[in-house]
Amino acid sequence: MGETARENHDRVLEQAAEWQRAGEGVALATVVETWGSAPRPVGSQLAVRADGAFIGSVSGGCIEGAVVVEAQDIIESGAPRLLEFGVSNSQAWEVGLACGGRIRVFVERVG
Amino acid sequence: MRRDTLAQILAARAEKRPVVLATNLLSGEERVIDPASADPRDPLGDAAMAAARDDKGRIVETGAGEVFLNVFNPPLRMLVVGAVHIAQPLAEMAAIAGFDVTIVDPRRAFATAARFPDVALRHDWPDDGVADFAPDHRTAIVTLTHDPKLDDAALQGALSSDCFYIGCLGSKKTHAARLERLHRAGFEAAALDRIHGPVGLAIGAKSPAEIAISILAEIVCRLRGGAL
Repeated sequence: MGETARENHDRVLEQAAEWQRAGEGVALATVVETWGSAPRPVGSQLAVRADGAFIGSVSGGCIEGAVVVEAQDIIESGAPRLLEFGVSNSQAWEVGLACGGRIRVFVERVG
Repeated sequence: MRRDTLAQILAARAEKRPVVLATNLLSGEERVIDPASADPRDPLGDAAMAAARDDKGRIVETGAGEVFLNVFNPPLRMLVVGAVHIAQPLAEMAAIAGFDVTIVDPRRAFATAARFPDVALRHDWPDDGVADFAPDHRTAIVTLTHDPKLDDAALQGALSSDCFYIGCLGSKKTHAARLERLHRAGFEAAALDRIHGPVGLAIGAKSPAEIAISILAEIVCRLRGGAL
């Protein structure tokens, strides 16, 4: 058994560092608070490359798309943002968590 | 996150040292805290230590706004006593579940790299092996040899540590005899209650892989405070 099975869970920061060493713009999204039946615990991370490639997760797949778009913006601007997602919380991009949970995600540029 | 902060976290991870990253959620300002030796004057020191101990990040309100403490603990550890058949799927599955697995078995014909690729192997006697491994509250210990010479030696070490899980393979009868021996060796009933035996959840497991699933499920249940 190699590293592949664990790759998606544990290598988010390693991947972020590798992308950055390769000269790519990188952002990091981190779950900082959850309420209700949030799919991923506090501390879960997603690294995003400027072209939209990503590794890791901050939800069960519900909001990754929206976070990646925000992250690409933040790679440009450099200003960190705190995002909130919830089933009843209609964000501009109209994504939410079908599970009824709510989460806050901090997104920042790396480097 | 600054480049040097990322490098600091990755270095700690490579050395299997815990670190806590404190990030101001308004400004993005950040610093790395060593929870093992936090400065007593650090206003975030106690919260960082508690977060590392609970293995759980948290938000702390400060005069400068919300600060998020993210915990980067080294992997959970599992010490498997006995490089037997069940140890093979158990080591693989435990690694997928995020455990750093070590197998101890003085019988060199069992504990071979060919049978356990990518697993840390030790060939010392389990009493030395356990002592040297220094189990802590993020360690699970599973004995699989059902040979008292090997298992009991490991169990005495396990019971003297604050590992979060101890499980022993063996039938009810084997387990009763084991508890009796450990009792004679000076362990009280309360201490012996920490041992899960026969090991694993009662899911009717038969094959080595199924038994590994039942053991791992019981360990996760113990770790996460599941209802079983």
